Amino acid sequence: MTELTAEGPAPAAADPSYLKIEGLWKAFGDFVALRDVSLDIARGEFICFLGPSGCGKTTLLRAIAGLDPQSRGTIRQGGRDVSGLPASQRDYGIVFQSYALFPNLTVERNIAFGLENTRRPKAEIAARVAELLALVGLPDQAKKYPAQLSGGQQQRIALARAIAINPGLLLLDEPLSALDAKVRVHLRHEIKELQRKLGVTTIMVTHDQEEALSMADRIVVMNHGVIEQIGTPTEIYRHPATLFVADFIGETNRVATTYSAGAVTLGEAVLQTRAAGFADGAPVTLAVRPEDVLPHAVGHEAEPRPNHLNVRIGAMEFLGSYWRTHLTSPALGGTPLVANFSMNAVRRLGLGTGAEMTVELPAERVLVFPRGDEHG
Amino acid sequence: MAEAAGLPAGRAVRLRIDSDGWIKRAFMAVIALYLIAALALPLYAMLSKSFVTYGFDLSRYEFQVSDDSGTVWGDPVSAATLNEQLGRFGPDDLRSSSDGRLAVTELFPDFSFRSPVKYRIRGTTDNAPYLVGLDLQNSTEWRELDSNTFRRVNLRPVTTTGLQNYVEYFSNPALFSSIENSLFIATISTVLTVLFAFGFAYALNRSCMPYKGTFRLIAMMPILVPSLLPGIALIYMFGNQGFLKGLLFGQTIYGPLGIVIGSVFFTFPHALIIISTALSISDQRQYEAAESLRASKWRTFWTVTIPGARYGLISAAFVTFTLVITDFGLPKVIGGQYNVLAIDIYKQVIGQQNFEMGAVVSVVLLIPAVIAFIVDRQVQKKQVSLLSARSVPYQPRPDRRFDLAMLAWCAVMGVFIAGIIGVCQFAALINYWPYDLTFSLRNYEFNRMDGGGWGAYWNSLELAALTAVIGTAIIFTGAYMVEKIDGFRTGRAAFQFLAMLPMAIPGMVLGLAYIFFFNDPANPLNPIYGTMTILVVSTVTHFYTVGHLTALTALKQIDAEFEPVASSLRQPFWRLFARVTVPVCLPAILDISIYMFVNAMTTVSAVVFLYSTHTALASVAVLNMDDAGDIAPAAAMGMMIFYTNATARVLHALASRRILSRTQAWRVR
Ligand SMILES: Nc1ncnc2c1ncn2[C@@H]1O[C@H](COP(=O)(O)OP(=O)(O)O)[C@@H](O)[C@H]1O
Ligand SMILES: [Mg+2]
Repeated sequence: MTELTAEGPAPAAADPSYLKIEGLWKAFGDFVALRDVSLDIARGEFICFLGPSGCGKTTLLRAIAGLDPQSRGTIRQGGRDVSGLPASQRDYGIVFQSYALFPNLTVERNIAFGLENTRRPKAEIAARVAELLALVGLPDQAKKYPAQLSGGQQQRIALARAIAINPGLLLLDEPLSALDAKVRVHLRHEIKELQRKLGVTTIMVTHDQEEALSMADRIVVMNHGVIEQIGTPTEIYRHPATLFVADFIGETNRVATTYSAGAVTLGEAVLQTRAAGFADGAPVTLAVRPEDVLPHAVGHEAEPRPNHLNVRIGAMEFLGSYWRTHLTSPALGGTPLVANFSMNAVRRLGLGTGAEMTVELPAERVLVFPRGDEHG
Repeated sequence: MAEAAGLPAGRAVRLRIDSDGWIKRAFMAVIALYLIAALALPLYAMLSKSFVTYGFDLSRYEFQVSDDSGTVWGDPVSAATLNEQLGRFGPDDLRSSSDGRLAVTELFPDFSFRSPVKYRIRGTTDNAPYLVGLDLQNSTEWRELDSNTFRRVNLRPVTTTGLQNYVEYFSNPALFSSIENSLFIATISTVLTVLFAFGFAYALNRSCMPYKGTFRLIAMMPILVPSLLPGIALIYMFGNQGFLKGLLFGQTIYGPLGIVIGSVFFTFPHALIIISTALSISDQRQYEAAESLRASKWRTFWTVTIPGARYGLISAAFVTFTLVITDFGLPKVIGGQYNVLAIDIYKQVIGQQNFEMGAVVSVVLLIPAVIAFIVDRQVQKKQVSLLSARSVPYQPRPDRRFDLAMLAWCAVMGVFIAGIIGVCQFAALINYWPYDLTFSLRNYEFNRMDGGGWGAYWNSLELAALTAVIGTAIIFTGAYMVEKIDGFRTGRAAFQFLAMLPMAIPGMVLGLAYIFFFNDPANPLNPIYGTMTILVVSTVTHFYTVGHLTALTALKQIDAEFEPVASSLRQPFWRLFARVTVPVCLPAILDISIYMFVNAMTTVSAVVFLYSTHTALASVAVLNMDDAGDIAPAAAMGMMIFYTNATARVLHALASRRILSRTQAWRVR
């Protein structure tokens, strides 16, 4: 067992893959839940598995934990092949959505559960439990039973129990989803802080994109048992690899069109893009995020410049920091273009329902995907 | 496991099994072996026995007879030919039991043991056993005997397998009529019990009548006594010297009437528990809806109450039916000449030593029990899914007339139940009914009667304690393995099947199966025959299923992630088991142990075949004393069982409360 204090966050480059998953498949009977999943996780990284419910996140996590073995493929942890090892011979701590705290044991007994038969002196165990309780911010709850604590407190006790044994890997399966929104946001921050302090490699499963974006070093976006994309939150957000990722993380407007010479057309408007690798005339889907629709000017331009579009303002919804605005244009057919305009812009340009305006869709923000990639 | 089509070629990853995994498997193997040895193999032995017949096969033997000089021999002639010529033995004479003997001299009308004629005998096949004196012979070599020795030659039966026993059974009108009788009393008793119990349960759940707690307590009393105790009370009331005999208008209590009344008594609490549960899960909102639609009470009853409780009613009916049709004690005590299946098994085995026919009746008795079991399981599954729906419990509103009617009904049932027990108590304390009505404890001096005396009582207590402790340990551990072990799916399914099986096996059948299996000298487990061990084993097995289901229900309520958490913390499963699982399930564990205890005290059916002189039991002593005409001591012994079980229940309630309050902190929220 490695000692907690001896182990700082190692530079990612020194140990490029603490956890290396290769060609992982999992089938339940005839249903394939994981399909050729490969993944490298560096020591000390905070990784989120993100995807809709039923996409296989938990299945992947359980395979890593040795609770439900994969059907094919290998898992190496810290240079050791753990593919065939039972849970008890792997090196991780786990927190489940239900917390799975032992109801008949006090908080301190719960936390000490993993420490007790390791031939440590009682005093040392007590000290360690106190240290952990302080770490999770509940120093005075030691004698209580889990049922006497709030959901957020239980969650922190579960976390303390999991890290008590200094695991090399911390696995969290939707640890926050049973909590109410406020506590959730607060705990996000705490978990992230704790992870940074301990430097423990962490995998968190979530279906909440905000959670993933705010906590993860890197996000693994999954869908239907395959990995759609792996990347930092900004990469995932700015450069979604697939339409599914673009749709699942953040919002997108999508329009079916065709590609030709680095541009796509919308009616008479021509949109330059940074996309490459499409044949001329290839059917593509264009995706633009609402905040990437930039308000340009009121009124129509007679001759729209590239990446400018004449639209009419439909319904406007005030959402606090911005206006969610529905824009229609003959170029778009029946589907409205949704844009988020800042309060300032609305005021400055005097935008209002029924008005005509020009918007810009900057070339570097126009996302192009092959058509037929609409699943999910 | 079958591989999915979509996977790439290769071998499925299998996790190495850690020491924990091995220990779990070992545990499960031990308990599975227990169930195989205590259930599957005995049943198999019984089933195969029912197909075995013993008979003398004359075509397997040949004789030669000499002239008076003893030197000139006639032609060999088969015994079958001789019998044909003489017509000496009919087919009935050639049937036998396992230790039958057939004197060969019967086939030689001229035989005289003083004549100088000599005889030769041999078998014509490999298996042609015969006795010369006490010497068992089995050979195709000729054996020459003088007439004085030939007098002592007997043929031995050979076994054949086939349906003959069944054919014989179904062509025997006396035996066959037992089926009708059994079905008749079981049906009548079921209808009555379910009706009465429904009324009682309805009063408890749907009225605002007073004294509900008392009535609940009284209604549970029959569980604490052997099923034959109401028989004894009925004899006191309505028997030949009964003080209420006049009420019967010349009818006799010995027969279907007595069996049905007694059956209603002892099945009542079982039906009540099931129906009461069904009524208690009904949804208040449905009644509110019915009321808002201005449905009449009567209509609401038929469109909401009955459909809501239908699974409970069906389940109660099948449970009652099975209890009655498999019960042995009551018809034994009060059945008179009225034969039922369970009695037939007893008579065939104990009376006539015809084990094969006993096995046949057992198989016949298995059929309704197995059907009832299957139906009950299906219904239970449906009821569980009803239960999981979120519902608002029904809150009865006071209604003077209705509450009074309900109170009256419960009072009638309460008087009936308490009356039966009261009569037994009275009988036990009366000096000599009906001549000397002074009180005395004479009837409790069991050592002065046959039937095992006080030793039988202490044996019962020992059996009950051992069954409660060992049985609960086995059952709970087994249920834990079924519910919480990962992988090993086929093994677990087989185990689950074995654990459910005892519920479908009537006690008589189990007891008889044990005779076949454990009394076989070739069985290495034979030494436990006639000991306390076999009584404990049979009782644990007999009552296994209910305990198993109770344990499963409790275990299912425990978070499934406890085991993964414990192994991620590198803790062995038994630590989790001891520190978390068992404490959390303690109420259920106590329930299982009191259930085992009470049933071990009262059971008759399985153990009646298995007790020996050293291991006589109180419940069997009741039966035997009654048989010997010592009815008052039988009632006294029955009451001893009642006191014991009542005390055990009280202690159980106190212990449960103590344990709960000691560990309550974590239950409150
Ligand atoms: N034990 C199982 N048996 C059969 N199918 C399962 C099992 N566990 C999960 N699945 C299926 O595998 C898919 C992925 O499940 P899971 O990994 O739990 O999804 P999630 O991403 O929501 O955590 C789902 O379609 C689920 O129904
Ligand atoms: Mg999940």
